[in-house]
Amino acid sequence: MLFIKCPYCGIRSQNEFAYGGDATVKRPELNKEISDKEWDDFVYNRKSPRGKHLEFWHHISGCRQWFKVHRDTATHEIFKTLKPHEEL
Amino acid sequence: MTQEFRLKDEGLIDRSKKISFKFNGKKYFGYEGDTLASALIANGVHLVGRSFKYHRPRGFYGAGVDDPYALVQLIRNNETIPNIKATEQELFEGLEAKSVNCWPNVNFDIGGINNFLRIFLPAGFYYKTFMWPKSFWYRIYEPFIRKAAGFGVVTHEHDKEKYEHKYEYCDLLVTGSGPSGLASAYSAAKNGAKVILAEDKPRFGGSLLTSEVTIGNQTGKEWADKIVTELKEMPNVVVKNRAQVFGYYDHNMLVMSERISEHMPKTEKFMPKQKLWYIRAKEVVISSGSIERPIVFGNNDTPGILLSSAAKEYMKVYGVLVGKKPLIFTNNDSAYETAIEFKKNGINPIVLDSRKELNSDLITEAKNLGIDIKFEHVVVNANGYRKVKSADIAKISEDKTNLGKIENIACDCICVSGFWTPTIHLASQSGGKTKFNEDIDAFIPSQSKQNETTVGSANGIFNLNDTLKNSFEAGYELSKKITSKENKLSVPAVVEKKNSKHDKFWCVPLPKGKKYKRFLDFQNDVAVSDIELALREGYRSIEHVKRYTTLGMATDQGKTSNLNGLQLVSNIENKVVPEVGHTTFRPPYTPVSIGAIVGREVGKHSKPTRKSPMHSWHEKNNAVFVDAGLWLRPRYYKKGNETLFDASKREAENVRKNVGVCDVTTLGKIDVKGPDAAEFLNRVYTNAWLKLPVGKARYGVMLREDGIVMDDGTTTRVSENHYHMTTTTAQAANVLSHLEYYLQIVWPELNVNVVSTTEQWAGAAIAGPKSRDLLQKLFPETDCSNEGLPFMGFIETKLFGVYARIFRISFSGELAYEVNVESDYGNFMWEKIIELGEEFKIQPYGTEALSTLRIEMGHVAGSELDGRTTPFDSSLEGLLSKKKDFIGKRSLQKEAFISPDREKLVGVVPLDKKTSIPEGSYIVRDANAKLPNPKLGHVSASCWSVEYNNPFSLAIIKDGKNMIGQKLFALSPLKSKSIPVEIVSSHYVDPKGERVRS
Ligand SMILES: [Zn+2]
Repeated sequence: MLFIKCPYCGIRSQNEFAYGGDATVKRPELNKEISDKEWDDFVYNRKSPRGKHLEFWHHISGCRQWFKVHRDTATHEIFKTLKPHEEL
Repeated sequence: MTQEFRLKDEGLIDRSKKISFKFNGKKYFGYEGDTLASALIANGVHLVGRSFKYHRPRGFYGAGVDDPYALVQLIRNNETIPNIKATEQELFEGLEAKSVNCWPNVNFDIGGINNFLRIFLPAGFYYKTFMWPKSFWYRIYEPFIRKAAGFGVVTHEHDKEKYEHKYEYCDLLVTGSGPSGLASAYSAAKNGAKVILAEDKPRFGGSLLTSEVTIGNQTGKEWADKIVTELKEMPNVVVKNRAQVFGYYDHNMLVMSERISEHMPKTEKFMPKQKLWYIRAKEVVISSGSIERPIVFGNNDTPGILLSSAAKEYMKVYGVLVGKKPLIFTNNDSAYETAIEFKKNGINPIVLDSRKELNSDLITEAKNLGIDIKFEHVVVNANGYRKVKSADIAKISEDKTNLGKIENIACDCICVSGFWTPTIHLASQSGGKTKFNEDIDAFIPSQSKQNETTVGSANGIFNLNDTLKNSFEAGYELSKKITSKENKLSVPAVVEKKNSKHDKFWCVPLPKGKKYKRFLDFQNDVAVSDIELALREGYRSIEHVKRYTTLGMATDQGKTSNLNGLQLVSNIENKVVPEVGHTTFRPPYTPVSIGAIVGREVGKHSKPTRKSPMHSWHEKNNAVFVDAGLWLRPRYYKKGNETLFDASKREAENVRKNVGVCDVTTLGKIDVKGPDAAEFLNRVYTNAWLKLPVGKARYGVMLREDGIVMDDGTTTRVSENHYHMTTTTAQAANVLSHLEYYLQIVWPELNVNVVSTTEQWAGAAIAGPKSRDLLQKLFPETDCSNEGLPFMGFIETKLFGVYARIFRISFSGELAYEVNVESDYGNFMWEKIIELGEEFKIQPYGTEALSTLRIEMGHVAGSELDGRTTPFDSSLEGLLSKKKDFIGKRSLQKEAFISPDREKLVGVVPLDKKTSIPEGSYIVRDANAKLPNPKLGHVSASCWSVEYNNPFSLAIIKDGKNMIGQKLFALSPLKSKSIPVEIVSSHYVDPKGERVRS
């Protein structure tokens, strides 16, 4: 079980959190004309890297805030956690 | 029965407390402090069971967790428990145990015939033998394997015991209380660290309990006792015996199972049987010690053959002799301690040492005691079936390939020592790397991945002086990192015997013309020949060899077998052991009760139960409940002998005719507040929200970004910047997370907050033609007319002084209202509705009638919005705004979603107007077409239409509304039904929606 540092609450056990997917994907702006390819990349296409990955987690049984986790998908090492609008 | 093999006064057992127990129906005596194994050996019992594959007789090979096969079925307090290790089970008054793997009994076992048929059961026999013909699997092979295999029988009864979970945090977790564990724990604790010390045995001290050493001016055991006593008194230390740390997981979380009451006849009230500890440790010291390695020779699994260290432990801890004519077979010095111990107790052992004659402290002492030592000698084969009777021994050449003349000597036990294997399971589980240490022919931890340090013999250090020095140092350094204190203890002086070098020898060659079975893995009956066969058949990777032969599998996890297996593979492959590598160590190190993993989350406590504030009223009024997610909802209210069908029909009819009331508390409710709330809803829902006036509700549909319908519900504008959103019961949690995602990550510029208010409100839906009359009675001061409270209207008012919200919304398709009050007043509201509704013939209705009403109205719900349907598929296209963007809109252009053969919502009626169509049925053109019959779609929901008094279903089929009027078939292969049907509109009742507006 991972030990995750919520940027708002501090270090808590994984069972308080829900995984929220790739944090490098950005939703296209509303009302913007975009190609099928761009839309598919946003909705479906994801990399599944072995190694460092920036991802969203949701402190679902805590403060209910979404935040970013920089994690190694092979070793589970967590390098850093950030608020949603902080960059690595 | 006298305990013939019990020594007079040696050991740590309490001879003043005699304990009676039964094994295989026969009564024996032991003492407090015995294990089942030590007590049986004291009584001369060495045959405990039969082996897994060949049903060969099984005895004791170890004295604790190292034992691979002394597994018994335990009967404790009228419960039967399989897979109990006799070497770990402590004796208690009235204990009863039985052998496993044997029928009709342990002395005469039918399955033992496998032993003579073993030519048919070589490595991979499951894969080969039982492959063909396929039809034999269920009828013949599987029942046969089930009966013949396994380590005991599980019960079908509920486990009545209680198990607990505990979460603990510490600076330092120390896994094992041998010299290295005690030293590290003590040194860290004295330096201010919060320490947990775990010992799997009942007694602390590990090897100090049986070794002849001096620490300071005390014996090893006295020193251990003193340290443990002191640790127990320290407020920053938790000391646990009977506690096995069995798993090392991510981020330094370890799991430990503590046996709280298994050593007692029964579990005391308010006491768990076991406690599972989830320990998050800043640092871990692995002091799990080492396990003696077997030497492989012919029939080396015969009862009476055991590890030399176990023989010593039985003498020194339990005061029990494993035999009176012992043969000791070794390649190193440590077995001499066992020989000396025998000699001190008046028994004359014979030592066979594979090495050339040499001297050391221990060998000299043994010689001085007059012990018979035969250097350059080995055991070639053990004779005896149920117990060893004699050994064939021989001189062995220096290169260990040639045997001299074979001689037979009588013995009643053979104590084997093939040197020591560090227990690196936890270190390896932590993700750390291991390396092969040539000096000790074994793997030791090398590079840590997590915060873990391995000390003592687990790290390949086999002398006490270095062990204590390193462990004191480790405890100090690790604690200093955490506490920043510098209170360093001095390491006590050690007096111990110096060992000479062991012999790199692990397997006795077969004499010419002999085919003795030589076992590597005693738990899984894996012999040298099995590994040879696997390699001949082309298996190379050690992971594959393991799975093909079952070497090192099951509960034993290769504790005694791993290294010899690797030696064999590397010999055959002409490699060195580190090239072969070892298999992955995985938790658990020892078996864990399923009950302990489950803990208290069992039965109805496996998940929380949510009840509405009106629950007790429902109970009192014969509600039959149904699970709706975590909620319990009334499915119907039973009157007399009514069936579900009768009751739900009566309830639904009453809604159509008079008025009904339904508990809708479980609907998800979310408060959406803030100046940008309207804009936010406009993006979240598919329809337009910017112009919804205060005091009005609107139905809305939300999509996922992939265009699939996520949820639907009504949202009401309570005031300028305040909306009350409702979701379906099932999707409430997902919708809240979804909204939070968009607010926090995608559109943080929107000034909106959301919060769940599901539990703040109790809800009652009042539906039916007489609902307005009832409402007026409930709210006499309020204008409930069609003008005062029009369809989709909302007002805040008082219900006999209690703040209430009325929403004029309808799920049933009838004139209907939903009343909300604060949860604490839920029951008051409900009782008032029932009381004042009496004159209008009100009846409560449950989810079944609710379903009936929505199905015949053609309202979609979870069975249509099943995560596969778009708004076009579910007749919701009218709610798609063309003027604005919203979540998921871009996906609706996808070719697949607008393709004409998409399956869409329709209604279905059986032609005979009698036969109900099972949910899940297929709709096909031709009931008798050749398989696979082309499927047009499926039936999503079925009911008995109370409006028309015949069955009605919703279905999602190709070409949707264009199919209306067609005569097709509904097929249910599951229920063997083929029903002629007609496709009709999904809006079966009141298609224009006049009633809700009336
Ligand atoms: Zn948090």
